[in-house]
Amino acid sequence: MPEIRVTPLGAGQDVGRSCILVSIAGKNVMLDCGMHMGFNDDRRFPDFSYITQSGRLTDFLDCVIISHFHLDHCGALPYFSEMVGYDGPIYMTHPTQAICPILLEDYRKIAVDKKGEANFFTSQMIKDCMKKVVAVHLHQTVQVDDELEIKAYYAGHVLGAAMFQIKVGSESVVYTGDYNMTPDRHLGAAWIDKCRPNLLITESTYATTIRDSKRCRERDFLKKVHETVERGGKVLIPVFALGRAQELCILLETFWERMNLKVPIYFSTGLTEKANHYYKLFIPWTNQKIRKTFVQRNMFEFKHIKAFDRAFADNPGPMVVFATPGMLHAGQSLQIFRKWAGNEKNMVIMPGYCVQGTVGHKILSGQRKLEMEGRQVLEVKMQVEYMSFSAHADAKGIMQLVGQAEPESVLLVHGEAKKMEFLKQKIEQELRVSCYMPANGETVTLPTSPSIPVGISLGLLKREMAQGLLPEARKPRLLHGALIMKDSNFRLVSSEQALKELGLAEHQLRFTCRVHLHDTRKEQEMALRVYSHLKSVLKDHCVQHLPDGSVTVESILIQAAAPSEDPGTKVLLVSWTYQDEELGSFLTSLLKKGLPQAPS
Amino acid sequence: MAAHLKKRVYEEFTKVVQQQQEEIATKKLRLTKPSKSAALHIDLCKATSPADALQYLLQFARKPVEAESVEGVVRILLEHYYKENDPSVRLKIASLLGLLSKTAGFSPDCIMDDAINILQNEKSHQVLAQLLDTLLAIGTKLPENQAIQMRLVDVACKHLTDTSHGVRNKCLQLLGNLGSLEKSVRKDAEGVAARDVQKIIGDYFSDQDPRVRTAAIKAMLQLHERGLKLHQAIYNQACKLLSDDYEQVRSAAVQLIWVVSQLYPESIVPIPSSNEEIRLVDDAFGKICHMVSDGSWVVRVQAAKLLGSMEQVSSHFLEQTLDKKLMSDLRRKRTAHERAKELYSSGEFSSGRKWGDDAPKEEVDTGAVNLIESGACGAFVHGLEDEMYEVRIAAVEALCMLAQSSPSFAEKCLDFLVDMFNDEIEEVRLQSIHTMRKISNNITLREDQLDTVLAVLEDSSRDIREALHELLCCTNVSTKEGIHLALVELLKNLTKYPTDRDSIWKCLKFLGSRHPTLVLPLVPELLSTHPFFDTAEPDMDDPAYIAVLVLIFNAAKTCPTMPALFSDHTFRHYAYLRDSLSHLVPALRLPGRKLVSSAVSPSIISQEDPSQQFLQQSLERVYSLQHLDPQGAQELLEFTIRDLQRLGELQSELAGVADFSATYLRCQLLLIKALQEKLWDVAAPLYLKQSDLASAAAKQIMEETYKMEFMYSGVENKQVVIIHHMRLQAKALQLIVTARTTRGLDPLFGMCEKFLQEVDFFQRYFIADLPHLQDSFVDKLLDLMPRLMTSKPAEVVKILQTMLRQSAFLHLPLPEQIHKASATIIEPAGESDNPLRFTSGLVVALDVDATLEHVQDPQNTVKVQVLYPDGQAQMIHPKPADFRNPGPGRHRLITQVYLSHTAWTEACQVEVRLLLAYNSSARIPKCPWMEGGEVSPQVETNIEGTIPFSKPVKVYIMPKPARR
Repeated sequence: MPEIRVTPLGAGQDVGRSCILVSIAGKNVMLDCGMHMGFNDDRRFPDFSYITQSGRLTDFLDCVIISHFHLDHCGALPYFSEMVGYDGPIYMTHPTQAICPILLEDYRKIAVDKKGEANFFTSQMIKDCMKKVVAVHLHQTVQVDDELEIKAYYAGHVLGAAMFQIKVGSESVVYTGDYNMTPDRHLGAAWIDKCRPNLLITESTYATTIRDSKRCRERDFLKKVHETVERGGKVLIPVFALGRAQELCILLETFWERMNLKVPIYFSTGLTEKANHYYKLFIPWTNQKIRKTFVQRNMFEFKHIKAFDRAFADNPGPMVVFATPGMLHAGQSLQIFRKWAGNEKNMVIMPGYCVQGTVGHKILSGQRKLEMEGRQVLEVKMQVEYMSFSAHADAKGIMQLVGQAEPESVLLVHGEAKKMEFLKQKIEQELRVSCYMPANGETVTLPTSPSIPVGISLGLLKREMAQGLLPEARKPRLLHGALIMKDSNFRLVSSEQALKELGLAEHQLRFTCRVHLHDTRKEQEMALRVYSHLKSVLKDHCVQHLPDGSVTVESILIQAAAPSEDPGTKVLLVSWTYQDEELGSFLTSLLKKGLPQAPS
Repeated sequence: MAAHLKKRVYEEFTKVVQQQQEEIATKKLRLTKPSKSAALHIDLCKATSPADALQYLLQFARKPVEAESVEGVVRILLEHYYKENDPSVRLKIASLLGLLSKTAGFSPDCIMDDAINILQNEKSHQVLAQLLDTLLAIGTKLPENQAIQMRLVDVACKHLTDTSHGVRNKCLQLLGNLGSLEKSVRKDAEGVAARDVQKIIGDYFSDQDPRVRTAAIKAMLQLHERGLKLHQAIYNQACKLLSDDYEQVRSAAVQLIWVVSQLYPESIVPIPSSNEEIRLVDDAFGKICHMVSDGSWVVRVQAAKLLGSMEQVSSHFLEQTLDKKLMSDLRRKRTAHERAKELYSSGEFSSGRKWGDDAPKEEVDTGAVNLIESGACGAFVHGLEDEMYEVRIAAVEALCMLAQSSPSFAEKCLDFLVDMFNDEIEEVRLQSIHTMRKISNNITLREDQLDTVLAVLEDSSRDIREALHELLCCTNVSTKEGIHLALVELLKNLTKYPTDRDSIWKCLKFLGSRHPTLVLPLVPELLSTHPFFDTAEPDMDDPAYIAVLVLIFNAAKTCPTMPALFSDHTFRHYAYLRDSLSHLVPALRLPGRKLVSSAVSPSIISQEDPSQQFLQQSLERVYSLQHLDPQGAQELLEFTIRDLQRLGELQSELAGVADFSATYLRCQLLLIKALQEKLWDVAAPLYLKQSDLASAAAKQIMEETYKMEFMYSGVENKQVVIIHHMRLQAKALQLIVTARTTRGLDPLFGMCEKFLQEVDFFQRYFIADLPHLQDSFVDKLLDLMPRLMTSKPAEVVKILQTMLRQSAFLHLPLPEQIHKASATIIEPAGESDNPLRFTSGLVVALDVDATLEHVQDPQNTVKVQVLYPDGQAQMIHPKPADFRNPGPGRHRLITQVYLSHTAWTEACQVEVRLLLAYNSSARIPKCPWMEGGEVSPQVETNIEGTIPFSKPVKVYIMPKPARR
């Protein structure tokens, strides 16, 4: 029995280090290769030993697919390809290919330079790893090998984020990566056609949330920033360098322009400038508005947003600062947070999801006293706001996507177990689609019933078409032919052609049957009566009375004979070929019932 | 034609030349006709290869064919069709047959048999499809012929089983367009096929080809459009198609569901998987709402648009469309809108600062949450935040339509509309502002909503700001803080964009007059008066101060206690503003002050009916004109005209009527005066000079009649007759004057002829109205027509003269609603002393901004004229996109005019004005003698003349010689 096997190495009932192994029709594909923000030890990378037990990675995996450039989806890539060792193709979209190395480099710097970790991947490794990448376009079908093909769909979420369809023969799996069903200021909404995959692997970050309209969120955000700035306070917005940051930048930029505000907006430098450069380049991946107006002005060329310098944090007066990373767990955003936390005029706006264990998660859950490194205690007086800007689909959006793709079953990853449980139940209830939510390392096996394509010869098809109505999906029709199986090819041909191809002579097969009838009349008369009876019963068949006294119904021959021993009974000889078996058996049973009494 | 022939018999020799020319022209036309089919025949015979033949056919198709020769051409084409082996040529012939059968004046029933014949022998699917198309053309040309329609439907049914989708498509199209309507069919014999056209089409809803499915739905819609009542059973079929794989099928299915829901709104349908039943229209509404989150944006637009027109939906369902039932971590959460409302009602300002403001509240029962409601839940929430702005606009429009029919819904959708003001695409913002204005009667803005609305005032787009001013004009504000906020924001707007001055003043005028009680407590603050101290007198020329005063004075109109709060200088300023900006500042009854205007103002309000009466009376008085001596008549007319003009000035509502009738009377007056001239009694040659007055009068009457016809909106046919009649009289007068003053008969012949044509023309077009023109000039003229035709010019003139004098004065029936078109040029203001300098020979762009009132179809009629000092005039046609339509009957022209001239020695002024172009033949249907022949479309857009309808504005310009 063919089957699809899915094993999450990461992101199973968890958020972070997305890494899912899929075996489909003998092909093994790894979806995403991310790191985990919450850990600093071995647990931050997926457990590749699961695969290496059975040999080298390259031998086992046919390809690796990266959905987008967030580190929890691509962070372990250099480690995986260079340190564990993988030489096969890595697929990602063009924007991801461009931006991914920047983020990896940044991540490496923080890990090695700041935390002084040894045995971490090097810059060279990142470069080597990126050399193995094959970039794909949206909706481009890429043939990985003869059987395996993949295709990317637009996913929203961040620039270049894509959902991937993995297809072998008639079996397919769709992996959504992270996606967003509502468009935002810089990206459109995820879209997929009715591809009806066997399995849809979807993220479920907001499995239990139905979000308010984004317009309210935007307005609230602008209002909060505006008010704090007018009061003279400083606003800290921790972001990941790429993704939400650009949306918020566009939002604030346009607002500043409209309101004619002069308060400075800073963006922590470094990778940002490079990243913005890519945003300017990949305009086709952005939303309708930016695509339409970029000829006049590229929206990513900010007028009001300037580069941030470390020294600016101590400047007096109001300002707005975007700083990385987004969960306040390290780096510049944490530094600035420490500086500003003591003043109640200031504000920190958390625009996205925070993983447990980070400072962001702590302050959001209402903790006002934080234990920092070196036993310091930081009292948080500044206001803490949470604006859900993270671009994941909410429960409704997930359902919408499942509805759009119409999969046979759904598998949930990238979410918390408790929340998944709810969504799983909903999906099974409302969409009547089986749903799975494996934990890390747990394997889900899905039996599939692959359809086997059979070629039919045009002559046969046309002949059958000519005989009756057009075929309909709901009403199966009987068709006579011969099935030829030859080097894993199936062909349906007419029997004559099959005979010819096989070099066989045709044999006639006839069934004959005797029907005894009580009748005293002569054979001719008898035949005539049979004829008139059949004529009246079988209206839409061709019934003929031949001059030699026999009756034919289509190709069935009926002869009346009088056995010598008993003049009171007559014998009807019925003979038909095996092709007319249906009609022949019907006729015999009809005749066995006897002829109606002739009207006297 | 008979009159024409008769005339030819009697005509004099000198006229022959003209007539012959005409004849030659007609002959030429006829000569070409027979050659058409012959040429085609020869061409086709010559053709050696199919490609050649195709070329000939293509060439042939470029030229039109006259109705008489169509049949011949068709025969030749058919003949070639039978012989032709190449399907592409047959295809072209088939399409030509279709084109030809559409020719006006040709009855295609004679070629139907042939068409059906060749259809039966045709093998190529493409040609088959084309032939069916031809049959469709034939069938639509003969809508009355039941037998033919039946036959065509039969043919279509027969080919429905064809394997090619194109053929099936066409068959379905044919069925949709020709399938008999139930009642008109006789029940027996042929009824069998016809009765279940719907069923036949319905069977193809499940065709394997999506194009055929779409065609089937379209055919069904076509049946509906033709008045056939669709069966309710179709509803279920259509619902299944909503989940089709192809977007065009879904899009058409949505339409079909909408149609059925409009036909059977009250039927009851069961809800699947439960025992409940709901109204069909509600069910359909739910289904269409569901399509708002479809995968294809085309379908989404379609669905969102249709939602707007489903007014019978129960309010319960309607309100669901705005509800999305938020939750967070399985706990119910309130929307930001709900929170804002709560904050407002608890008397607190929305701080947005409180932690946990949006913290989720009660736990949600996991079982009860429904993630994909089949119902309407949140349809508009989704539609309004759609990725494509087309969908968002459609959703806003739908919201508008639904809100207009349901006040409670209007109240609920307000939050969402306000949110749309911040959309990233300007069109969407503009559309939502307009929508809000349209539903403003049903709503009152809360302060927090007003806040968001007002924030848009800083938008850099002028259209948005002005739309917003319009909106504020008709908004209800609930609190005095709201008014204050609005005023502050408007003033901010004023300092930022000084060009918005007029718009803002107007906005404040309405804001004040709508909310007098809310303005009252604000007055001391606004005027910065102090109970003890005198404050400095504000600067009278400050636009911001004027804006504040406009608000206060308009509020004071209905709030008599307010003037007590004014300080002395306010009263002075009032007097000044009342004079300088009288359209913005109303007349006030001020204590202790006698103002002239205060006496007038109540009379305007209270005497609305009497003034109408007065108008009627004065017009009735004019009826007696007939019985007065000329002197008396003139005086009466003069008086009445004066009365009417004054009335028009006083009473703006009646201005149009008054002006219109005054103009008419003036024409009459001029006519009488002209006829009183002495010149009529004296021999012609002596009084050359005196005739100036008469001919000037004739000319002026002509002008006035054009003005009457084209400058007033709401003129009906009744009036047009009278106006044309007056013009005819003016033309007669002109003829007489010319006859009197010119020597020699030659020019007179032409004029006579032309005049008689005009009369003929008049008779033809107003034949229905002739009975109303008893005793009039035309009435008499038509009586004498045969005689006039045969008379010599001198005689004609004599007859006309007596008739003009004897003819009765026609009473002008007043239309219900009549408004005079007017235009004001706001910019250029014509005040600048700085000349616009530019290099001669190059162009300079001049911004023109004007408001137009009561102009119909301004895109085609309004022109800008520039008059240079050397008398050179230039007419500029503004682009259609330069016109905006801010309100009913009002237009705004914002355009750029390019000026250029050769070098001048010093700066000089050019005049800029607006013209109303007219074309009297455009109003009248096509002339009969031109029918059948080709009418070039340019004739209709031609400008016959122009009427200036705005005050000219002077612009100082200075073209400098180019430096070398």
